[in-house]
Amino acid sequence: MRAKTFGYGILLVLCVPFVFPTWWMVTSSLKPNADIFGRDLWAHHASFAAWHDVFTMQPFARQYFNSAYIAVVVTLGTLVVASMAGYAFARIRFRGQNALFLVVLTGLLIPSEVTIVPLFRIFNSLGLIDTHWPLILVPIFGAPSVLATFIMRQFFITLPVELEEAARMDGLSRAAIFRRIALPLARPALGAVAIFTFLTSWNLYLEPIVYLSSKSMFTLPQALTQFTDPYQGQLWNVQLSAASMTAIPVLIVFVIAQRQFIEGLAHTGLKG
Amino acid sequence: MTKAIRRQDRLTAYAFIAPQLAGTVAFVLVPLVLVFWYSLHEWNVLANTFTFTGADNYRQLADDPNVPKVLLATLFFSAGLVVVNLSLALLLAVLLNQKLRGTTVFRVLFFSPVVVSLVAWTIVWRFMLQDNGGINSFLDAAGIDGPNWLRSGGTAMAAVIVVQVLKNVGLNMVLFLAALQGVPQELYEAARTDGASPWTVFRRITLPLISTTILLTSIITVVGSLQVFAQIAVLTEGGPGTSTTVLVYYLYQQAFQFHAFGYGATLSVLLFLIVLALTAVQWQLRKRWVFHES
Repeated sequence: MRAKTFGYGILLVLCVPFVFPTWWMVTSSLKPNADIFGRDLWAHHASFAAWHDVFTMQPFARQYFNSAYIAVVVTLGTLVVASMAGYAFARIRFRGQNALFLVVLTGLLIPSEVTIVPLFRIFNSLGLIDTHWPLILVPIFGAPSVLATFIMRQFFITLPVELEEAARMDGLSRAAIFRRIALPLARPALGAVAIFTFLTSWNLYLEPIVYLSSKSMFTLPQALTQFTDPYQGQLWNVQLSAASMTAIPVLIVFVIAQRQFIEGLAHTGLKG
Repeated sequence: MTKAIRRQDRLTAYAFIAPQLAGTVAFVLVPLVLVFWYSLHEWNVLANTFTFTGADNYRQLADDPNVPKVLLATLFFSAGLVVVNLSLALLLAVLLNQKLRGTTVFRVLFFSPVVVSLVAWTIVWRFMLQDNGGINSFLDAAGIDGPNWLRSGGTAMAAVIVVQVLKNVGLNMVLFLAALQGVPQELYEAARTDGASPWTVFRRITLPLISTTILLTSIITVVGSLQVFAQIAVLTEGGPGTSTTVLVYYLYQQAFQFHAFGYGATLSVLLFLIVLALTAVQWQLRKRWVFHES
């Protein structure tokens, strides 16, 4: 009994630095700027003025849309590219298979920070700076999707061959077997890949600040740091309002589907 | 299988891997070769001149007084991050592995920062770590005069590490929890009947049996730590001085703030070599430590 109380006590104390920041972010965003540096755990004079300011100081709705549509497109694109490549590497025998797989795996080895300078020059010469193309094309086809391909390959290897052989007897082509039999069975792996791909895109910071320069093109992480007064002073409550709006929707989805999130993210090796 | 079907299979395979293969070549391998090429050049974006400068950038790298400081900061950051992250992850996993009711709730709470937008998380911490921010006002209530966390040399690095650990420790915690649950119960019972203390059990049974997970997570964490950028850009901008300027942040400053793209490419080469060395070490360790990866 005493051991139990002790266990709960430690867990509760350890929880504080994990949970308190989110609480503090939301309550502080509702405090007027005069009260913002205090110890109040509750916003006593709650006001949504700062939440409103978020939209008048920057094209925040537009930036929100940018982040959301980029993350959705990148997630769908990655699912297509990675499930096809993962399936072919796992299930079909072809000449050069191992060598080509090694070529693809270099994407896992080389962090995207290493190649950001040449990629910037390439996209600059293509006239694609200050467009969303680099944030969409590189994750779908480049290094970030290689991890997804690797995970899909590992999954398809474990699928029993018998199912596919039966379909083969019925005269289905390889592409049809992939689409009608393998892909529906791969739902758990696709879910895990979708979760980490979406979050990675949603969190991207270095790439947007390198490639984008006009406010209407910004993504959320980049926009969050721009709420300052004309003297570069921080407008804390506005920043925290924007941060809350960025974090809360994902947190809600996480609470609903926590098991899928935790299993998916931990076993697909999100970095850090 | 007939020849025709095999041939059709092969064509399907090439078509299936083509997008990923083309993307890897265009966005990973070609840029990697270009990094080395650019490191021998100077590129002026405004004048649009691209001139061969030979080993100039490498000479600059050798003479740059900031480089040793940056490498030292990177080492401190990575080492600190790995030690704090793994110890905390292990502690949380052991606590959650006790037979207590409601551990699922705690698992969700410890994991929740992983899904909070990275910059949002960092902004809240920057706010709380201000001189007059939340943490110091609570310390003040306890009669402690807290430092200006992000502006003093002694605390800025520690603050960056702690903020990063709290953000992502949930991932390693879950991996450790899975490893702990894989330890056969009979071993614990046998040890207990032999009268071993909990600490001895942990050291002699648990730790050796989860050592592969410890190795694996430490490698992932070290490589991940070399890529940390947003947290430093938002919390300290590499300061005070250069005390939290890690290699990726320095690379960004040189290439994209000072527009020294050639020198930025040289720093990228350095980053690449460090990652390559770490990967080589990882392969050696895996070979020696028979891995049971699933």
